[in-house]
Amino acid sequence: MTNALEIKSLSFSYPDGRQALNSVNIEIKRGERVALLGPNGAGKTTLVMHLNGILLSDDGEVKVAGINVEKNNLFEVRKRVGLVFQDPDDQLFMTTVRDDVAFGPANIGISGSELDERVNFALDQVKMQDFADRPPHHLSFGQRRRVAVATVLAMKPDILVLDEPSSNLDPASRRELAEILLSLDVTIFMVTHDLPYALEICPRAAILNDGKIVADGSTRELLGDDELMTSNRLELPFGMHLDHIPHHR
Amino acid sequence: MGEIQSHISVGIYEHRHNWFHELPSHIKIASVFSFVLVVVLTPGYFFQAHLSYALIVISLLIWNKVPLGLIRKRLIIEIPFVLFAFFLPIFGTDPRIDFFGLRLSEPGLWAGWNILIKATIGVMMSLILSSTTPQRELLVGLEKLKFPKLLVQIMSFMIRYTVVVTEELKRMAIARESRCFEAKGPKQWGVLARSGGALFIRSYERGERVHMAMLSRGYTGQLPLTTRQISSRQDYINGTLLPLVAVAVILIWSVFLK
Amino acid sequence: MKIPQMHIPDGFINAPVSVLFLAISAFFVFLALRGAKNQLDEKVAPLAGLAAVFIFAMQMINFPVAAGTSGHLIGGALAAILIGPWAGVLAVTVVLIVQALVFADGGLTAMGLNVFNMSILATLGAWYIFRFLQKILPKNRIGFLSATALAAYLSVPISAIGFTLQFALGGTAAITLDKVLVAMVGVHSVIGIGEAIITVLTISAVLSVRKDLVYGASNSKVSLIK
Repeated sequence: MTNALEIKSLSFSYPDGRQALNSVNIEIKRGERVALLGPNGAGKTTLVMHLNGILLSDDGEVKVAGINVEKNNLFEVRKRVGLVFQDPDDQLFMTTVRDDVAFGPANIGISGSELDERVNFALDQVKMQDFADRPPHHLSFGQRRRVAVATVLAMKPDILVLDEPSSNLDPASRRELAEILLSLDVTIFMVTHDLPYALEICPRAAILNDGKIVADGSTRELLGDDELMTSNRLELPFGMHLDHIPHHR
Repeated sequence: MGEIQSHISVGIYEHRHNWFHELPSHIKIASVFSFVLVVVLTPGYFFQAHLSYALIVISLLIWNKVPLGLIRKRLIIEIPFVLFAFFLPIFGTDPRIDFFGLRLSEPGLWAGWNILIKATIGVMMSLILSSTTPQRELLVGLEKLKFPKLLVQIMSFMIRYTVVVTEELKRMAIARESRCFEAKGPKQWGVLARSGGALFIRSYERGERVHMAMLSRGYTGQLPLTTRQISSRQDYINGTLLPLVAVAVILIWSVFLK
Repeated sequence: MKIPQMHIPDGFINAPVSVLFLAISAFFVFLALRGAKNQLDEKVAPLAGLAAVFIFAMQMINFPVAAGTSGHLIGGALAAILIGPWAGVLAVTVVLIVQALVFADGGLTAMGLNVFNMSILATLGAWYIFRFLQKILPKNRIGFLSATALAAYLSVPISAIGFTLQFALGGTAAITLDKVLVAMVGVHSVIGIGEAIITVLTISAVLSVRKDLVYGASNSKVSLIK
């Protein structure tokens, strides 16, 4: 079986010379849920941009469901990678929730009743079916984040990539989103510096710092390694201890 | 929010039901447009016709329950032209006539009336259109009326992000005011304009991020609007009603006045 | 009191001239659609869309003058210099269409007239004035901002001349044209001062932080930063 995601010695420098990624390697199997941890400026978002070819590097290799991410098959790649951006206002650019969820599937040639089904299916998965005809600005932030997830679920991606999914969410929305993510039958690659959230959702984690993967393993073990945490500017919120967080469901 | 008008942010659509309300948007736009065009074509001195139009418009306003506050607000938009209309009888060309004790230009009076009545009917009809049609349906309508797709897309983005950007503008104003800033006169323009510059940068960067989000979901230049609004023959017949009534008004009065 | 914007309502100019300008404006918008696509590819829609929101938001800011009165921006020159003439025309046009359709501001049958004055004359006109001045003025920050100021200033009376032209062709004959021309251009020559100041201040604010985003500065090699 092919891996959902394969990155081999990927390096990338911005035009101004700043090196953002330095020989990154990671493999994610189908059905896995993996967190990518790292402090601000570690290169997390840059890595995410490589997953669907918004950024392309000639140094290294990115494969999604066995397909090479390169200029001439971006369409195939984007069909398979569902990218959820940090700010749902960037992701939700249409005037109603329904149009927005339909945007992706319509671009890959789905129309008519099949398109309606896709939209309903995706909204159902994030429990937003009652909001289909609302304009996005009438939704709460947490609801918008969930619709943002639906916009890519509607494309039935092979891998769901989330950039800081818990940012700006109140505790209830945060829990609701976690429940939704855990209920999905899809490979998840989640970029975050919210460690409890990573632990709750992803059994496996990798740490990116200074453009390099410095650790890859069980999330609980990584978070338990104090030295590793400190040297990568990662820490649990004040007063929280690993033992407070229940083992994975 | 002393510096910013706030009424604009949400648009003025109100959800209610009648057949006019539910007319497919492209038919409704065409219908309102042609009604106003007939009004504009009717000479100003055709007094009776214009009073009849005014009656039709008032009935439409009442029937569609357009709120009075909104009507008042929209009429303010007309002010410069109202002033112009009032100046016309004073500065207009001869001949002059006595008008309540004033020597006023007769063509000027007619021209002023012509502007006032037509502009008012126009504003009211636009108001009826926008308060009975959701913004998104207006876009669908324009697309069906063969407006360039790209223009409709740009409009769609404008409608989607107006609230987001005006919220940013308001937050900036609050941040300024929280630090004791008060815009009293031109001395403060620099600060306001710098906020404007910052707003441009934020908007531009948002545009780029939105573009990225679109690419991620396979954007190829099309922005699909999903509703498949089905327009029945009855809708088209209903749509022609408004301009037909306007034409009928002209015909009936012409015959009647002969 | 806030001075409202001059969006020509229905019936101010007769129907044939309104329709004529609808056609003229449509032609220019067609050119702009082509021009902007060449400039920005499929990026046009989101960028021009957000620029339209920006112009719309800028028009909402009240710039206090004195004694409770305030003016505000028209934004044609600002749009052209920031995002380029064609994308600028599209942004301003969309602002006008949305104002007429969604906010009942500006007559539906007068759309062509308004787009012609504000989007074609004020925006495209400001751009060509700006480009011309950029050639003859010193190629530094002062020169750049002076070109900006003059272009923004002139865009306002030019737009008023457009209005007068439309009035001459299809307005009422009840008033002699010279009176309209003098009044319109006179008033707008004053309003233009505000337009110029606000435009320069806003553009120089953007220049200082993100010169790369200012289209009008994109081909200048000299430093425009303070």
